[in-house]
Amino acid sequence: MLTINQYVKASSLEEAYELNQKRSNVVLGGMLWLKMQKRNVGTAIDLSGLGLDTIEETESEFRIGAMVTLRQMELHKGLNDLTQGAARESVRHIVGVQFRNMATVGGSVFGRYGFSDVLTFLMAAGAEVELYKRGRLSVEEFAYLPYDNDILTYVIVPKRPVRAAYLSQRNTKTDFPVLACCVTEIEREIRCVVGARPMKAVCLRDEKGLLVEGITEESAEKFGAYVSETVETSSNLRGSAQYRKIIAGVLAKRALLQIAGEGEKKEKEQEGRN
Amino acid sequence: MQIQILLNEKKVTAQIAPDMLLIDFLREQGCNSVKRGCDTSNCGLCTVFVDDKPVLSCSLLAARADGHRVITLEGLQEEAEGFGAYIADEGAEQCGFCNPGLMMNGIAMFRENPDPTDEEIKEYLAGNLCRCSGYEGQLRGIRAYINYKKSQAEGGKI
Amino acid sequence: MPDQIPGSNYRYVNRSVRKKDAMALVTGKPVYMDDITPSDCLVVKVLHSPHAHALVQEINTDIAMKVPGIEAIYTYKDVPDRRFTMAGQTYPEASPYDRLILDQRLRFVGDAVAIVAGENEKAVDKALKLIKVKYEVLEPVLDMHTAKDNKILVHPEENWQALCPVGADNQRNLCASAKDSKGDVDAVMEDCDIVLEHTYHTKPDSQAMMETFRTYTCMDLYGRLHIISSTQIVFHVRRIVANALDIPKSKVRVTKPRIGGGFGAKQSCVTEVFPAFVTWKTGKAAKLIYTRQESQIAGSPRHEMEVRVKVGAMNDGTIRALDVYTLSNTGAYGEHGPTTVGLSGHKSIPLYNGNMEAYRFNYDVVYTNVQAAGAYRGYGATQGIFAVESIVSELADKLHMDPVEIREKNMVRQGQTAMAYYNEKMTACALDRCMARAKEMFHWDEKPLARDMGNGKIRAKGVAMAMQGSGISGVDVGSATLKLNDEGFYILSIGAADMGTGCDTTLAQVAAECLECDLDNIIVYGADTDSSPYDSGSYASSTMYVTGKAVEKAAVELKGHICAIAAGMMECEEAEVEFAADRVRRADGTKEVLLKDIATKSMCGNREPVQVTVTHSSPTSPPPLMVGMAELEVDKETGAVELLDYMAVVDCGTPMNPNLTRIQTEGGLAQGIGMALYEDITYSKKGRILENSFMQYKIPSRLDVGKLRVEFESSYEETGPFGAKSIGEVVINTPSPAIAHAIFNATGVWHRELPITPEKILMGMMEKKA
Repeated sequence: MLTINQYVKASSLEEAYELNQKRSNVVLGGMLWLKMQKRNVGTAIDLSGLGLDTIEETESEFRIGAMVTLRQMELHKGLNDLTQGAARESVRHIVGVQFRNMATVGGSVFGRYGFSDVLTFLMAAGAEVELYKRGRLSVEEFAYLPYDNDILTYVIVPKRPVRAAYLSQRNTKTDFPVLACCVTEIEREIRCVVGARPMKAVCLRDEKGLLVEGITEESAEKFGAYVSETVETSSNLRGSAQYRKIIAGVLAKRALLQIAGEGEKKEKEQEGRN
Repeated sequence: MQIQILLNEKKVTAQIAPDMLLIDFLREQGCNSVKRGCDTSNCGLCTVFVDDKPVLSCSLLAARADGHRVITLEGLQEEAEGFGAYIADEGAEQCGFCNPGLMMNGIAMFRENPDPTDEEIKEYLAGNLCRCSGYEGQLRGIRAYINYKKSQAEGGKI
Repeated sequence: MPDQIPGSNYRYVNRSVRKKDAMALVTGKPVYMDDITPSDCLVVKVLHSPHAHALVQEINTDIAMKVPGIEAIYTYKDVPDRRFTMAGQTYPEASPYDRLILDQRLRFVGDAVAIVAGENEKAVDKALKLIKVKYEVLEPVLDMHTAKDNKILVHPEENWQALCPVGADNQRNLCASAKDSKGDVDAVMEDCDIVLEHTYHTKPDSQAMMETFRTYTCMDLYGRLHIISSTQIVFHVRRIVANALDIPKSKVRVTKPRIGGGFGAKQSCVTEVFPAFVTWKTGKAAKLIYTRQESQIAGSPRHEMEVRVKVGAMNDGTIRALDVYTLSNTGAYGEHGPTTVGLSGHKSIPLYNGNMEAYRFNYDVVYTNVQAAGAYRGYGATQGIFAVESIVSELADKLHMDPVEIREKNMVRQGQTAMAYYNEKMTACALDRCMARAKEMFHWDEKPLARDMGNGKIRAKGVAMAMQGSGISGVDVGSATLKLNDEGFYILSIGAADMGTGCDTTLAQVAAECLECDLDNIIVYGADTDSSPYDSGSYASSTMYVTGKAVEKAAVELKGHICAIAAGMMECEEAEVEFAADRVRRADGTKEVLLKDIATKSMCGNREPVQVTVTHSSPTSPPPLMVGMAELEVDKETGAVELLDYMAVVDCGTPMNPNLTRIQTEGGLAQGIGMALYEDITYSKKGRILENSFMQYKIPSRLDVGKLRVEFESSYEETGPFGAKSIGEVVINTPSPAIAHAIFNATGVWHRELPITPEKILMGMMEKKA
């Protein structure tokens, strides 16, 4: 059971940061995960008064405030247009609308949970996090940093042209994934992020140059086989390491073919307009 | 600590413990429609509106609702009767324990999307578990209610 | 004998009326236990054992007692040393008396170590942590295969007791054991063209009703213990709690408010004894609400069963013999252990009565150190039918026969005497019509067993049949009290429990039909052990068939009394008058008196009773029957299953309220689908349940059930009210075998263990390829 001695709605990031230096204190995200823990919290620090609950669009990026909910991300037109709906696809299976109205992007990313769909998507989208003290760094790097007492303020998705596809395998439709896979192509670089392995998401690249000739049925198949071979997985209630390895290859292949299809669709649209 | 909540359009001021969950606060305030069905934010029974958005009151600190507007089914009786009658006409309410959560989220859905497809209904309400009905009867009831609303709207135009 | 419901001009029978409580439920009115009982009572919680098998060596509650607000802490030293069973069954219970409220020996992870009662939840939680227990950890028996005659005994105690001769022996870890057969099974098998044998395994699934187990207790003004509990069985609770507390039954009153679902879970006394003990000891009101986790680990789930079936048949598909052996795991305690197992044979083998020459049905029910099982919709039939239906589909495959055809050839039919069903005559059996209708609606004949869709998916179909009973023959008792009141309204008192099923309404429909009045004119009250007439309770699919018949008979009897008063008022003989809805007339049309005036008369200078109680019990238990057909797609690369269509056709006799019978069916199908595909219980090495929440124990969401279609093919059961049999349980039995069958057709692999997850499907396909 979770107990909380004190609740503070922070009036500034500095105040939140100061409070967060104490070990027994904790920053609240959506509190969905925290609530289930057996933990005695000294001070619960609420960031909800700091204006971190919007997605700001600039020339070059989307700045997603830490308190933005998964549901906001799911419904955000710009972000979904950019990623061909991969943003939405990565969160829409998570429990239900009410849950997604509470769970925050910041909480999902800061927690760096193994099961996280959101982390999987953001890593593939080449996103960065902004930490109050440390500043900006890539989600990919952040995911593997040890937990510290900094405060995550923004997640930033660059507005570079991207082709993206998000796929997941679940035992029931709203369960945690058995495995999640997000494939993107940004500036000719293919990233294949495998999440819910069930360890933290990991980003695989085309190190063997299997896709340099383009994405075809054949090259996608080969890349899938490479992912399946390379990716490290383990077992939990939802699936075995072995099954996950197989599925990783299948989802990687399918996601590749999906972005290839998206590419063709775009080209056709382009031709149509010309 | 002290909080002030606009609960079902009435100002409520109360002293609460910092770790009190909104569901427990609401039940203490007599909003007994709010039910708890799990410990893991999975069932949707405790759905209420905070600032018009459906959320799980089992996972929200009452402290965080301070200064916000909270609506439970007690505050939506008329809508609940209108919509609920169609669930009742299918016999789909069954044990009834999941009903308040379903009603709340259903009403939220209608406000966001007054004319959803079956697929949209299923997706929007996926976080509302029911063990009795198998869901088909709820879907029939929701469909019938939407059709009734549509026929009313069309009638209104003439 | 009429096949269809006679008298289509019924006003309430076979009519879809709203449930009487529907609007209160959909508008969220406070009607459940925690809504209607005061909150300023003691909060009660149970300290659960962290070990699967242990003895409490020392238990120190001194520090815990010092937590401000703690009223009492009880350990095994404080409770009566009188064993009882928590099973809600007719006395003498078949379930052994193997429990104490708290025991020194702990028999599963979750078993009760101590009871804590305090002023608020925080204090109680704190005290729970401060109870110091020194456990002597013992080796547990976790594998049901090694339980029988294991040197480790789950119940070595001397005061363990089996009240009925069920083959129980605590010195052998046996909760029950029996052998039953007719004909020479071995000789018939020998003479068969083909004999198949396989073993099927089902898990201890959780009922997962939305309202967890919960009970409130207080002392009433007469110094009696009043229990307000979410239960299906008020009368059994009275007996069980009195036994557990070792107090007279007269000291206990049990009532039930609205119940947030039961499905059999609340046919055991899961929570009642704990707050009851607190209140009895302290005199103070107390409340215990189990969390979802507690409901998952210390509840009353389905019995895990392993069913070995052997079928003997001829090359033309004639099924001549079935041989079933069931190994059932009752867990740490024997609730419903000796009885559930019986249904695994007696409600599966009779489905193939058509050409049956011999059958054998043996079983063992073993104690192990896991959560005790209980009653869950289907009650053993579900497990047995998964096995028998699967092997018949396997047989059809071996014989290259259509799986529907082999069933049509062998199924039980109207008028047959079912040899494996206690030689009961099938007086109302439309299984053949169910199959014909399902075939037509599903387009069975037009669809291949499986086809490659060309998009990486294989679409396939599967079929299964099922039966259940309608009450427990010769045991279940249903009663109804009907009373005429002011202005001519009626009160119907029942001891059956509406747990969402709608029996308050459907029983009122029976009464309204008989009394020719508006449904609103029937007030239903129940269930209260002080005032309701005795009823075994709502389980075993008994409520409509048994209690419904009592209502019908009570109405007839009450009409007689009403006519007697009316005859007196009209100064004629009773034989000269007839009951006519809101009045009673002289048959010659010369005079009449209004019902409301008869009601008034009944309260003035009257000696004729206007309240009758009728008690009913049935020597038979006519089976409801059904056919289920599943269509699904399997993803060849991931093993993922998408359920596309489930067609169910049910013969429940006359559907009293078609809306409600339909919802019962859809709800049962959804639970069956969950059981087939993802609801799973697994244990850590030390016997802890891993699926202890809705996060890990996945019940279907509305995105997971596919499309459910339900039709009725009604037979007419003369012994039931207006031809009704039952509906509640039969509906959960077809999904597992039908889905397993379809998955075989898609992949060529039989899955004989549930649930059939995508991983098992894919790995199965890959093994087959290799």
